[in-house]
Amino acid sequence: MQNPANGPSTRGSMMTDPKVRAWVFQVLAITTVLAVGWYLFHNTQSNLAQRGITSGFAFLNNSAGFGILQSLIDYTESDTYGRVFVVGLLNTLLVSVLGIFIATLIGFIVGIARLSPNWLISRLAAVYIEIFRNIPPLLQIFFWYFAVLRAMPPPRDSHALGEAFFLNIRGLYLPSPTPDDGFWAFVVALALAIAGCVALARWSRAHHEATGRRFPVLPGSIALLLGLPALVALVAGSPFHWSVPELTGFNFRGGWVVIPELVALTLALSIYTAAFIAEIVRSGIQAVSHGQTEAARSLGLRPGPILRLVIIPQAMRVIIPPLTSQYLNLVKNSSLAAAIGYPDLVSVFAGTVLNQTGQAIETIAITMSVYLAISLSISLLMNWYNKRIALVER
Amino acid sequence: MSTHVFKPDLPPPTLSVGVLGWLRANLFSNWLNSLLTVVALYLIWLIVPPVLSWTLFDATWSGSTRADCSAGGACWVFIQNRFAQFMYGFYPPELRWRVDLTVLLAVAGAVPLFVRAMPKKWVYAIAYLLVYPWLAFWLMYGGMGLEVVETSQWGGLMLTLVIAVVGIAGAMPLGILLALGRRSHMPAVRVICVTFIEFWRGVPLITVLFMSSVMLPLFLPEQVSIDKLLRALIAVTLFEAAYIAEVVRGGLQAIPKGQYEAAGALGLGYWRMMGLVILPQALKLVIPGIVNTFIALFKDTSLVIIIGLFDLFNSIHQATVDPEWLGFAIEGYVFAALVYWIFCFGMSRYSMRLERRLHTGHKR
Repeated sequence: MQNPANGPSTRGSMMTDPKVRAWVFQVLAITTVLAVGWYLFHNTQSNLAQRGITSGFAFLNNSAGFGILQSLIDYTESDTYGRVFVVGLLNTLLVSVLGIFIATLIGFIVGIARLSPNWLISRLAAVYIEIFRNIPPLLQIFFWYFAVLRAMPPPRDSHALGEAFFLNIRGLYLPSPTPDDGFWAFVVALALAIAGCVALARWSRAHHEATGRRFPVLPGSIALLLGLPALVALVAGSPFHWSVPELTGFNFRGGWVVIPELVALTLALSIYTAAFIAEIVRSGIQAVSHGQTEAARSLGLRPGPILRLVIIPQAMRVIIPPLTSQYLNLVKNSSLAAAIGYPDLVSVFAGTVLNQTGQAIETIAITMSVYLAISLSISLLMNWYNKRIALVER
Repeated sequence: MSTHVFKPDLPPPTLSVGVLGWLRANLFSNWLNSLLTVVALYLIWLIVPPVLSWTLFDATWSGSTRADCSAGGACWVFIQNRFAQFMYGFYPPELRWRVDLTVLLAVAGAVPLFVRAMPKKWVYAIAYLLVYPWLAFWLMYGGMGLEVVETSQWGGLMLTLVIAVVGIAGAMPLGILLALGRRSHMPAVRVICVTFIEFWRGVPLITVLFMSSVMLPLFLPEQVSIDKLLRALIAVTLFEAAYIAEVVRGGLQAIPKGQYEAAGALGLGYWRMMGLVILPQALKLVIPGIVNTFIALFKDTSLVIIIGLFDLFNSIHQATVDPEWLGFAIEGYVFAALVYWIFCFGMSRYSMRLERRLHTGHKR
């Protein structure tokens, strides 16, 4: 005879069984999503047919026929939309990399200044943080672009720093290095020096493990990095000569020109993001409890090693995850370029190309996937890193 | 027998109290600190006096045309002249009392929520949330006895507030559902929610706004045409919902497992467990996070300039390129920055206060 108490419960209907309910619910959810998706797809199809737009990516091979203000690769008006995409992407990456570099620099300085025992310095840092993180980045970009850089004098009355740097309404002019006789010898020497530094670090670690004595790696590396290329440059001749911008007629020739759009965007994004980075750095350093410093001191460590071996490694564990998300924000905020006409991905591809071709869905989809790909790959990297440095708990 | 000779008195301790002591401890404790102090003072001297004289002492405060601005400092006449436009956009001047009344009602209605001792606060809050939006929409848009003001006439600070408040209010319920879905045991639901959240968090708001303005009309049947403002609101709401979902998820994760188990042991089903036990605790934990999300949204509303809406920032920007007032861009941007700053700074202070006050339960 079967005992009902041992078998699966037969009381109540199917609908009270959590498993059945979960299945029903999931099927419902998927159906809803598919139905909405199909509805949108269907509408889009009929709308596109009505407007006579053929969907597809064939337009990427058509000639663009418009010029771009700044391009890192060769670009002419007869190039394809596909190449426009690459130009825009490279411009986005350029401003992102520049912005991340400067923002990290300012952010760490201000963050450490915020913790300074000097009352005035820490107040100044606090004022910086509170002012710049509470003003929309777009407003800051507009301020630098329209109120500052567009109000610069014409080339003839440029603001000059020495005879090499010039700032005027057309942009920032910098001297640029061009390869000279000794260029390749210099590159080889630099590569050798870097390899030497790696080898030195390895040897020093082994030496430290074996004998307990430290070898000054940092000064040694710096000497190697500076000395070897300098020596080679002395023997083989100078690797570069500097092309200095010169005023000829109404404009400057030679050197690098940084367009005002790029200057404004980089300045605004780095100043804005640096305020957030400073707060992250401050809270990261404060998160290392004072007991750690005291313990290190009681082990007889000096202030330098305490900072390097005890505080910074633990602070970095707290700092790095939010820091990466700030970097991601900066990359996403670089799309604000569209508002001042810096030719980034959104501005030239989701803007100009979309207007010319009418391929709204394709251009927006490509643009969004680029940002998604950047975000997702960085967050995957972050998760991996987080797992690696997470405290091993028992 | 020799007499004991007292040693001379020690010198008095170095001054460690009073103004001088404070200066010594905080500004001149060693040579590096002293150097930093001097550099900082020099920086302040470089920046503060010119800024003060430009914004205050040399500024022109009264007048009616640009000709009145000859003092060399800031020309606040420009701001005064266009102030109404910065606040209301192109909202008809004789109807602006309706906007004022809407704001007044919002403030008056919200006051009881901030009274800590108020009984039945939850009931009041829900009633307020259910009634006020309709009232506000009726007052601002019109209809039913009031003259209709099209949304294309809305603008200025009013539009900024509308976008920010509607965005956050719409994003809250959606975000909570998404957060619950992301922690669900059902794989299909989880995948849908994770995809949704990661998609919106991975793209910049600008592309979302672009999408709403060029793709939304394609997605909907052709006879449906939606208002430009509504498109922006939909985009902002979906975008913010993903961020709110992540904030709420943080709160859900902070609730100890015992709470779930205890609720289960009491025989509560999923929705009652969430509604009565988990969410009240989790939401309380994440209020500061939500305020921070709101601050970010408030700053992001300035992006609607891309799709041609005249929010506070765009109104000011348009005024600075108006030929009549050309050359006063700095005044305009400084004013815009001041308004955004007051809102954002105020809210961030409030969020910090809340954080301290609410940090009662799960602190270890």
